[in-house]
Amino acid sequence: MSHVLVIYTDDEPGVLTRVAMLFRRRGFNIHSLTVGPTEQVHVSRMTVVVDTDEATARRAVEHLRKLVNVLEVQQLGHGRNVVRDLALLRVSTAQGRSEVLQLVQVFRANVVDIADDSVVIECTGSLGKIEALVDSLRPFGILELGRTGAVAMARGLRSEASNRLAAAAVVAPGSTGAMSV
Amino acid sequence: MDRTGAQIIWECLLREGVETVFGYPGGAILPTYDAMTEYPIRHVLVRHEQSAVHMADGFARASGRTGVVVATSGPGATNLVTGLATAMLDSIPLVAITGQVGSGLLGTDAFQEVDITGITLPITKHNYLVTRAQDIAPAIREAFAVASSGRPGPVLVDITKDAQQGRATLDWEGAAPTRHLRHIPPSPAEVDLDRALVMINAAKRPVILAGHGIQLSGARAEVLALAELAQIPFAETLLGLGAVPASHALSLGMMGMHGESWVNQAIQEADLLIALGMRFDDRVTGRLKEYAPNALKIHVDIDASEINKLVPVDVPLGGDLKQVLQALLPSVKAADHTPWLERIRSWRGDSAVRDIKNLPDDGHLYAAHVMHDLWKITKGEAVVVTDVGQHQMWEAQYYHHDGERSLITSGGAGTMGFALPAAIGAKLARPEAEVWVVAGDGGFQMTFAELMTAVQEGVKVNIAIINNGYLGMVRQWQALFYEGRYAATPILSPDFVKLAGAFGIHGERVEKRSDLEAAVARARQQPGTALIEFKVEQEDAVYPMVAAGAALHDMIRRPSPSPIAETGADPV
Ligand SMILES: Cc1ncc(C[n+]2csc(CCOP(=O)(O)OP(=O)(O)O)c2C)c(N)n1
Ligand SMILES: [Mg+2]
Repeated sequence: MSHVLVIYTDDEPGVLTRVAMLFRRRGFNIHSLTVGPTEQVHVSRMTVVVDTDEATARRAVEHLRKLVNVLEVQQLGHGRNVVRDLALLRVSTAQGRSEVLQLVQVFRANVVDIADDSVVIECTGSLGKIEALVDSLRPFGILELGRTGAVAMARGLRSEASNRLAAAAVVAPGSTGAMSV
Repeated sequence: MDRTGAQIIWECLLREGVETVFGYPGGAILPTYDAMTEYPIRHVLVRHEQSAVHMADGFARASGRTGVVVATSGPGATNLVTGLATAMLDSIPLVAITGQVGSGLLGTDAFQEVDITGITLPITKHNYLVTRAQDIAPAIREAFAVASSGRPGPVLVDITKDAQQGRATLDWEGAAPTRHLRHIPPSPAEVDLDRALVMINAAKRPVILAGHGIQLSGARAEVLALAELAQIPFAETLLGLGAVPASHALSLGMMGMHGESWVNQAIQEADLLIALGMRFDDRVTGRLKEYAPNALKIHVDIDASEINKLVPVDVPLGGDLKQVLQALLPSVKAADHTPWLERIRSWRGDSAVRDIKNLPDDGHLYAAHVMHDLWKITKGEAVVVTDVGQHQMWEAQYYHHDGERSLITSGGAGTMGFALPAAIGAKLARPEAEVWVVAGDGGFQMTFAELMTAVQEGVKVNIAIINNGYLGMVRQWQALFYEGRYAATPILSPDFVKLAGAFGIHGERVEKRSDLEAAVARARQQPGTALIEFKVEQEDAVYPMVAAGAALHDMIRRPSPSPIAETGADPV
């Protein structure tokens, strides 16, 4: 069962190490992890998809909350969130370019580069959609595949978590010269 | 006022209330040492940096205050590792300050550069790499706040040489920490408190599991109030010994692998376990599947990640123990559990006949006798600092701790070599206390160089070396589970009396129980550190014992003795 965790952290070097180390050390299985800036300066946001049971996911949340650089952790409820992954695929067109392009259209993906014998396709969507596209293109020959991992957000109103986050954000002592490694 | 980074370090320590630090100098921390003499802070020069951490740890455990360590980069910093892990596993508040190579050299494998923040990441609560003088105060202030708040733990601040040499203005107010408050421990949900109350008020066979958290939270009075009001007996974890008084009528004694059989039996037959500031370590639960199968479980802990970690609980009460109990107490009903208490007492009687303490003096000296007599002679009022092994378990079984912070021992890590340095730290924290080291011949040889630290610092501790000629606890496992193949467990020792002489301290040897009292009296009278080597029975074993992975009630008992000297001689 996969669970989606959204982690808000101070934007400082080494936070990723701390989070990754925690997952490794406690034996939580990471399916994907993405990190990037947020609407607030000094705050980063990670989306972590873990393959585990509900109790373990909850324990992961409690462990994450103990990290000093972690501002807030949300465990997204099932079905009530938007989860998006981006994939780039280089696909062989040796067996016919038009069939490949047709599939690209069906999946509402984009061709972003065309070479003599291959195309590069960009596709954004749910994990399921990307997997389906990959499966459909496999017979043509996938020469290269890169995926970002999921970025997720709860549907509906701005979450209680991010409201609290706004209140909690401070410029950390580590955010300039003192790095929390 | 403009100061150097080094001056800011000491200024911050002073303002944090630090009076004593434990350390060892070297190149990368030299600017800080150079500035030290301007400040009224006592520096204890250790003989190995690992011992500096154990001293700071003993200091913290004895006093409840945050211990402070200073070391240089590279090998100085890596020598801290075992001490930090020891403190981490036992939730001890420490701040370690290490020097680091200049920031321009970071990442170049410069002389004595090691990535100590990387190395200590999983064994500290948090750590910092500081590269500018102006960042020192915020990092140190936050380090103290993080170390002592919530579930305490060690924090390391690595400061580059140029940051120590650079100049900055100390903005104390501006450096006030806030991040440690981000995740203030939750208060338990009202409905969970109510459910806990229903269970407590309905229980017929309740047992309180008393852990280290009682000490850390200062919740002794509340725990006793709960126990007395509802007549609930309490069993202690190793680190819970002393958190509640052993001589209390409701105290059962230590639980777990070497817990008394009646204690483990009570846990196994309980209908309600109230776990207070303990974490169901494998050494106290035995095989999880068969742990307390009939009991509902209420778990109070300040660290929410501990709840439901190993033992699924019926009522999770995340929060500060003292506050949680204060919330519960007004609604706890007075109860009478006489039949349950009687039943436990009957199990207890059965154990007393096997008790080595009740064996006649057969001319051999048993470690259990030493502990028992030491307890009597010191009226149970000493602070005892134990090392790790059989002697540690015998101490826990036969020295009954009533006072808070009166037993200091490495529980979670089981770090040999801990006792002597930790005792020196404890004595410095509580000069008025009588401090005893109880160490094995193996563990004592790991850190005995610190005897010289005690001499140089004028620290008096009393040392009991329990010399059985073996790494006894490992030998016991070999005897029980490896068909008696004593691989690498026989261990030779130096002549400890001569060793004491070489350090210029009092030393003597005891081989008969009848000589014990006078020797202990002489050691206590010594103005300085004194050492007694007890030559004890070599192949004695700690009983009862729950083998690793066995169910908690599945205990290996001391073979029943004959003749029986006396039964139930001692009430405690
Ligand atoms: C640093 C360290 N190394 C190894 C061990 C494993 N170990 C646990 S108890 C023990 C034997 C201790 O022997 P000694 O100090 O003589 O005490 P005794 O058990 O004989 O009382 C050993 C080797 C440990 N706990 N710590
Ligand atoms: Mg020994």
